[in-house]
Amino acid sequence: MIMYHEIAEISLRVNGENRRLWVRAADTLLAVLRNHMGLTGGKAACENGDCGACTVLLEDRPVKACLILAVEVEGMDILTIEGLKQTEIQRAFLENGGFQCGYCTPGFILNAYALLKAHPEADDETDKEWLQSNICRCTGYEGIKRSLKAARKMMAEGSE
Amino acid sequence: MFYSSIGKPIIRKDGIEKINGSIKYVNDYTYSGVLYAAIKTSVLSHGKIKSIDTRKASQLSGVRAILTGEDYPILQGCYLKDKPPLAVDKVRYYGEPVAAVVADTFEEAAAAAEEIKIEYEPLPLVKNARDASNKGAPLLHENLGKYSYKDTIQPEKNSNIANHTKIRKGNIVSGFENSDVIIEASLSIPSGDHAAMEPRTTIAEIRSDGQVVIHTSTQTPFLVRKLLSTYFKIPVKRITIIAPPLGGGFGGKAGIQLEALAYLLSRAVGGRPVKIANTREADLLMSAGRNGMEATIRLGSTLEGRLQAAELMYYFDCGAYADYVVKISRAAAIACTGPYHIPNVWCDSLCVYTNKPYGTAYRGYGHTELTFAVERGMDILAKKLGMDPLRLRLINAIEAGDTTPCLNTMEDNDGNLRRCLERAADLINWQDGGVKWVDEYTIRASGISALWKATIISLNTGDNALVSVDEDGSVNLHCGVMELGQGTKTALAQIAAEVLRISTDNVKVFMPVNTDTSPYDWATVGSRSLFMAGKAVIEAAEDALNQLLDRASNLFKLPKEALDYGGGRVFVKAKPDIYIDFIKLAGGEGLEGNIISRNQIIGRGNYKMQHKYEIDPETGEGRATIWTLGAEAVEVEVNIEDFSFKVLRAACVMDVGKVINPELARGQVVGSMAMALGMATTESFNFNKGLQVLNGSLRSYKVLRLGEEPEYLVEFIETPQVDGPYGARGLGEQAAIGIPAAVANALSTALGTELNRLPLVPEALWRSKYPMEEANAIGITEGIALKLK
Ligand code: FES
Ligand code: FES
Repeated sequence: MIMYHEIAEISLRVNGENRRLWVRAADTLLAVLRNHMGLTGGKAACENGDCGACTVLLEDRPVKACLILAVEVEGMDILTIEGLKQTEIQRAFLENGGFQCGYCTPGFILNAYALLKAHPEADDETDKEWLQSNICRCTGYEGIKRSLKAARKMMAEGSE
Repeated sequence: MFYSSIGKPIIRKDGIEKINGSIKYVNDYTYSGVLYAAIKTSVLSHGKIKSIDTRKASQLSGVRAILTGEDYPILQGCYLKDKPPLAVDKVRYYGEPVAAVVADTFEEAAAAAEEIKIEYEPLPLVKNARDASNKGAPLLHENLGKYSYKDTIQPEKNSNIANHTKIRKGNIVSGFENSDVIIEASLSIPSGDHAAMEPRTTIAEIRSDGQVVIHTSTQTPFLVRKLLSTYFKIPVKRITIIAPPLGGGFGGKAGIQLEALAYLLSRAVGGRPVKIANTREADLLMSAGRNGMEATIRLGSTLEGRLQAAELMYYFDCGAYADYVVKISRAAAIACTGPYHIPNVWCDSLCVYTNKPYGTAYRGYGHTELTFAVERGMDILAKKLGMDPLRLRLINAIEAGDTTPCLNTMEDNDGNLRRCLERAADLINWQDGGVKWVDEYTIRASGISALWKATIISLNTGDNALVSVDEDGSVNLHCGVMELGQGTKTALAQIAAEVLRISTDNVKVFMPVNTDTSPYDWATVGSRSLFMAGKAVIEAAEDALNQLLDRASNLFKLPKEALDYGGGRVFVKAKPDIYIDFIKLAGGEGLEGNIISRNQIIGRGNYKMQHKYEIDPETGEGRATIWTLGAEAVEVEVNIEDFSFKVLRAACVMDVGKVINPELARGQVVGSMAMALGMATTESFNFNKGLQVLNGSLRSYKVLRLGEEPEYLVEFIETPQVDGPYGARGLGEQAAIGIPAAVANALSTALGTELNRLPLVPEALWRSKYPMEEANAIGITEGIALKLK
């Protein structure tokens, strides 16, 4: 194994705050969020792009933070679960059995949040396409789908 | 009875933190001065370790220590001590830990582990449990005869059999003689994994005063403390286990996981904290998973469909180490027939070593496996009898007065199986075992399975709870139950609120468990927490209530009988407008005079397991514990062109005694059903010829994804458990039990074949239509083409 020891300086906007950080070239965005910034909402559940537990929004688009290097996102805007406050989707998860152990929850909520923004009136197929990238081992997905519906309803009523 | 909290959906106590991503699991805590471990695992499935060369690795930057099996060759195991923390002399499965590196960063530790050179000499592989149990099979544990074990299990020395449980009920020979129809089937379920979303993580340190402090992802903090104390001869008082909530457990975080190794690694670096955080790959392969099983069964019945005899041979494949599977195979023997009345039973349930990743407790605890065997058998029998499979089950369903395989007599309060079966069938519009054509290439069929589960708990286990009343009249509920996602702590808060007649909002629970400060709890396993801890919480809350009433009775100078309570106050029965608030009784606000002391009110409660289940080693006779009865049914749609299929609807009806929180109960049931659907249709480890696992990541180990789930139909029947809290029984894992059997039954009906092996991937369906030789000769594409003609 070859080890690179160079440290790079990067600037990011995380949850609306400008941050300057010194990272290794090999550090993933997930590692930097968790270990350098203490934003532990995103989880390392596979670090292979398979489970979505590490999902964050990069320039409003859901990405898997375990597959992105911190140096790649220089200057970009990142939203983590810690930056999401009192949204419809969070309330919906709370009221509709959207989680049990909660480990997949930040990833699911962020992905669903982006989905709701991009497709306020999406059909089942679109929902499936978006949310198949996340694994939940506890809920059997029933509560998550119910939460998504409830959030859509709340948002539609809210915007009337 | 009218309840104010029980039976109501309540926002979960851990809810806000979970939707905000702020709840902390072990790996989310910052731990100053922590060092990181990387583990070097075996590439062979069975081999002698000839040499381990750590010279180069130990010189790399940041490396603080390297440990191999030689350094501390102890054996660990809950029931049978057979597993060293690091392999000694030989490796027994692909992925077994052989050496561990501690370094300043994880990257440095991993780089050093990479440089450890291990030489192996391959040994003959033991591939499946059936062959492994034969005399003359190569041995995994040559010293099995010398291992120490609990006397509830019976290992057979000089063999691969780690436990052998026998059930002998009635007379099996005459049972088959009296049978008009006899069927026989061989079945298999491959091994797999829990794949909880949180990979196991442990941080261990030995503080300068000698206190061993371990933060770990465990379902059983008190058991971890006890086992570490025995393995390493550390007094219990010198060990503190801190267990934050888990990102899923499903049985896989019970007993010792990474804790012993983490402790040894901390010792190797002078007690500094060391973290082992499993990667997903390590969690799947190195750490414990789900056992496999093979079975051969014979069932005999009269022409009218009355079961007369069952001969059941279960080979539980525990992999390289026995762990909980010695008990799982035993639990499967105790429940071996499924919930049917069968007068003559002969069952041998073996736990057998093979060179595969080792298994441990898993949702269902062996019941899913035995149910798969028996329920496939029931369908095959129904076919032979020309009878509707549902009817065959209704005829034989166990009821009060019938005896279990262990000769216990079922009682009225054990539940109503017939109603479960009928409701489950109704929910999916049961089709009398027939098929329905949707179009030229699509058919639908349904399948059903009865289920039961004994909550197998050792005698002398118990649960404790404390309820303390704060100065604002709210209460703190202290208990040692782990929050794994099942929501038990919320349900327990509801129980305390019910007793005190206050809002659940005014009951605080603590998610992390600390063995120094939390009341003792045996283990959060086997769906027994609500039952046992629930009873302890009731007692503790009643104790606190009594103290409140005592104080009020002093104050009012009235006997307690003249008082009543509700809404956070105690009042005089005859004149409800004379009252005093809990706040005042608890000493929160000054009162004139000194009647109310400022001593905090602390209620104590405990519950000791009453049900026992010791069984006779030769006949299996004994008394099992609490039974939960239920039934599950599914409707499948199969495309007969390409054999792809979908489970459209899945129904579960269980007699759970009493539903404490409907939302949580449904969530548990649906989650269990989903996991079992994975087991039925996609989840299994795939091995190459060398028994190396080919799908050791979440990309290739396929679990259910959103959109693949069926419509879930869940109903509860409430036949109260006389001694359960508010009549409740466990339900967390029961719903996993009947699903694989129901799916296999539905698909077998659809295709007119017998699908007796899991997982039911389309290829398996196709192969069932085309016997192996034929299939191999024509190949898959041609086979489908042939079918099309
Ligand atoms: S941790 Fe990033 S996808 Fe699993
Ligand atoms: S809630 Fe546990 S993994 Fe989704």
